[in-house]
Amino acid sequence: MRDTVIEVTDLRKRYGATDAVAGIDLDIERGEIFALLGPNGAGKSTTVEILEGFRGRDGGEVRVLGEDPGRAGRAWRARVGVVWQKETLVPKLPVRDVVRHFAGYYPLADDPDEVIERVGLTHKSKELAESLSGGQLRRLDVALGIVGRPELLFLDEPTTGFDPKARREFWELIRSLAAGGTTIVLTTHYLEEAEALADRVCVIAHGRIRAIDTPAALDGRASRQATVSWREEGERREVRTDEPTRAVAEMAGRFVGEIPELSVHRPTLEEVYLGMINDDHVAEEAPV
Amino acid sequence: MNTWTTDPTTTTATALPSPPSRGRPPGALRLGLSQGWVEIRTFSREWEGVLFTFALPAVILTLFATVMGGMFDMGMPAVDYFLPGLMAMGLMSVSFQTLGVSIATERDYGMLRRLRGTPMPASAYFVGKTILVLFLALGQVVLLLGVARLFFDATLPTTVGAWATMAWVFVLGTVACSLLGIAVSSMARTPQAASAVVTFPFLILQFVSGIFVPVMALPEWLLNLASLFPLLWMAQGMRAAFFPEAMAALEPSGAWDLPMVALALGIWCVVGLAVTLTTFRWKTRKDG
Repeated sequence: MRDTVIEVTDLRKRYGATDAVAGIDLDIERGEIFALLGPNGAGKSTTVEILEGFRGRDGGEVRVLGEDPGRAGRAWRARVGVVWQKETLVPKLPVRDVVRHFAGYYPLADDPDEVIERVGLTHKSKELAESLSGGQLRRLDVALGIVGRPELLFLDEPTTGFDPKARREFWELIRSLAAGGTTIVLTTHYLEEAEALADRVCVIAHGRIRAIDTPAALDGRASRQATVSWREEGERREVRTDEPTRAVAEMAGRFVGEIPELSVHRPTLEEVYLGMINDDHVAEEAPV
Repeated sequence: MNTWTTDPTTTTATALPSPPSRGRPPGALRLGLSQGWVEIRTFSREWEGVLFTFALPAVILTLFATVMGGMFDMGMPAVDYFLPGLMAMGLMSVSFQTLGVSIATERDYGMLRRLRGTPMPASAYFVGKTILVLFLALGQVVLLLGVARLFFDATLPTTVGAWATMAWVFVLGTVACSLLGIAVSSMARTPQAASAVVTFPFLILQFVSGIFVPVMALPEWLLNLASLFPLLWMAQGMRAAFFPEAMAALEPSGAWDLPMVALALGIWCVVGLAVTLTTFRWKTRKDG
């Protein structure tokens, strides 16, 4: 049985004369971690805000947890968690009291202390929220987003300002939420984050979906030619091939021992992504 | 670490835990009370607010009663003369000024948006603000009457009728100024602007509404202008409650005009409510 949490058909939104969202179709399944990528102004924030029920739309069908987010009520809100792009003001109270207070809004909340533990703020639990560092405030944002045990969690650039260790701990948290059945919709500028977390990534540019696939297969990435490079006779050499294993095996016969500076490289998610975004630029700037 | 190596196809193949069943969201009144408690705790942590909006009228009363004690020529001790006006000012301060600045700040720093992302009903937010203002307004009355009585031996009203007048002026004036404060918060584009948009007119009103300077000293056009705003009527109503009957001769019409006071404040309640309902926004302008 398919268990679709988000269904979007031909979503459109205009700001003045600009099509911020120009016809987007999406289906996101329960328990999926779905990453939205795209340059600033591509329409991903607008799309997410429409899904969250914070912005109206000009056209298209949207169902989120079976309801139209533009009209959904409190019971629907209780099933959706939102972590905003910027950290936002919280009451000037100790961390624990803030989380407890927000837990009180929900019909079915997690234990506040446990949530604080999960986001790694236990040692700051008794301190004022305003005394936290940027990264710690972000963790508090996440705590407030998940304390109501959401079935669907929106994360808008959640790890901005995190150090690498904090980012990895955060990824573990997101994976455990998804394993528990929470659907995650993530926007991020970190390609590494999308690759580590997402079941599928969706690249949005100019208000349209440019590609949608698993991170490994995005834009034919898995089947692209690999680049084998090495050093020979004092210079760097490389070949692009569909069969890197064969290329390396052949070379191994020519060298005694190690092949100097051997590397086999396939395009990273970042390269594929940048390629797509640049294609769009070229297409747009080309004379008609 | 284990989740890292898990094949995504197996995670989706295993049955996800079913979504938790949720009861009804908590009631608006209970949430409003808890919101009010958070408001009070938050307010008391900000010494600037406590000093400028809560303690200032009592400080001014103390100064006037001390400095002008020996050379005051209004036929009564300075403390008795200034007490009713400063009560009106204090009530406007804790309602109009507190709400105007705090709501603009909460809106601009995204707190209101964050609250809208939870299942908190909008009414709970306003119940919370009402509790805060009620708490501060009652505290203001107790503080001013206490300082006046204990330190300066002021004459307090002795008849039930006079206390009743004080009570309804308190209620109507505080409600009108609260609604006006909420309405003004929507006019400010930034929290810094809110402080100016709120404090500036409030300061002007204090000088033209008979708080520091008797209204009969005002030129007619200025008196007419000041009569358009609630502070003048609140001060007049408070004087009616505190002053001996003979002092009515110093009012613009030579009488206390209590029905007119009630009418003016009543109109402001209606106007304030209408403006609040039509202009209140959870988001900033740039959030769309």
